[in-house]
Amino acid sequence: MHEWALAEAVILTASQIAEKEGLKEVTEVKIKIGELQQIEQDIFEFAISQLKNERLKNTRFVIETVKVEFECMVCGHKWVFAKEKLGEDEKEGIHFVPEVAHAFIKCPKCGSSDFEILQGRGVWIESMKGVKP
Amino acid sequence: MIDPRISVIAERLKGIRNIIAVSSGKDSVGKSLIASTMALALARRGYRVGLFDLDFTSPSTHVILDAGDLYPEEDNGIVPPKVHGLKYMSIVYYAREYALPLRGADISNALIELLAVTRWNTLDFLIIDMPPGISDATLDLLRFIKGVKFLIITTPSSLAFESVKKLIGLLLELKTPVIGVIENMKIKESPFIRQQVEDRRIKFWGEVPFDSHLEEAIGDVNKLLETKFSKKLGELVEKNL
Repeated sequence: MHEWALAEAVILTASQIAEKEGLKEVTEVKIKIGELQQIEQDIFEFAISQLKNERLKNTRFVIETVKVEFECMVCGHKWVFAKEKLGEDEKEGIHFVPEVAHAFIKCPKCGSSDFEILQGRGVWIESMKGVKP
Repeated sequence: MIDPRISVIAERLKGIRNIIAVSSGKDSVGKSLIASTMALALARRGYRVGLFDLDFTSPSTHVILDAGDLYPEEDNGIVPPKVHGLKYMSIVYYAREYALPLRGADISNALIELLAVTRWNTLDFLIIDMPPGISDATLDLLRFIKGVKFLIITTPSSLAFESVKKLIGLLLELKTPVIGVIENMKIKESPFIRQQVEDRRIKFWGEVPFDSHLEEAIGDVNKLLETKFSKKLGELVEKNL
């Protein structure tokens, strides 16, 4: 699953940060998942649990979903993601590469596909806590 | 806030021996046809080859290859389908036939996403069909793919070379390997491009004559590989790569 690739990226990055910061143990990692990518959170969490290494074995992974907000570059209108208006192929395309939203979504006010994804795009590590030796 | 995708890119590319970006400062010089044909020629010589269409707003390699109905598989990421012996990836799998208007930040994000989740596994060559110019895709490639080498395409036109020389200048300044320059669509004898390239101490791979029958071979790989264009390009690849 695609969620595994993203979970692997999170584990690798968290491990690299822990190494750089000299943390012997990471106690918490806060992750933000953008709604646009439609990540299956249970699969993502399971992948995280399976990919954890020694330094991350007791880490609490706190996952927060972030709502999508779009802003039209032409008329300035802001709106939210309504995935029920999209077909299955369109949702799947956006799941893999969220930027293809520009092919399928238009500003509901002026019809432009020139918009910015203000928030809620992909997966981010917001913060980490840990114990130094 | 940290983007976790960046860390995993090197991991995804570690099994690839050579990453070659087929690039130009100018549009319509034949980059996509050269990238596709070069990838096919290498695959026919027994190499393990991938082709990655990075021209997100105007992809065309799927048309050249007639990539068909195959689709990337999900297996701990995305596994590119095999098209005519090439591991093939294009944003067209996700945006399909629709126009995809992207600004700079979106281009970077889409590129990072595909680099972070695509599993190329082991390859001898990954050929990248670049969009024209010196913008986001070129800058991101230099940022995220350590060891990428550039093959530059130009036409005999001084107008094309005016843009190409800026790309070459930038790459040399950044100490990025430029493996050579191909002069495509050659119509009449002129030493102009060769001289310009050699003056910059870059290898001039050679000239590919304009082939009036090339258009008829688009979408038919066997026919494409039989064109004068492909045969000449194959010679240049054999001799220089």
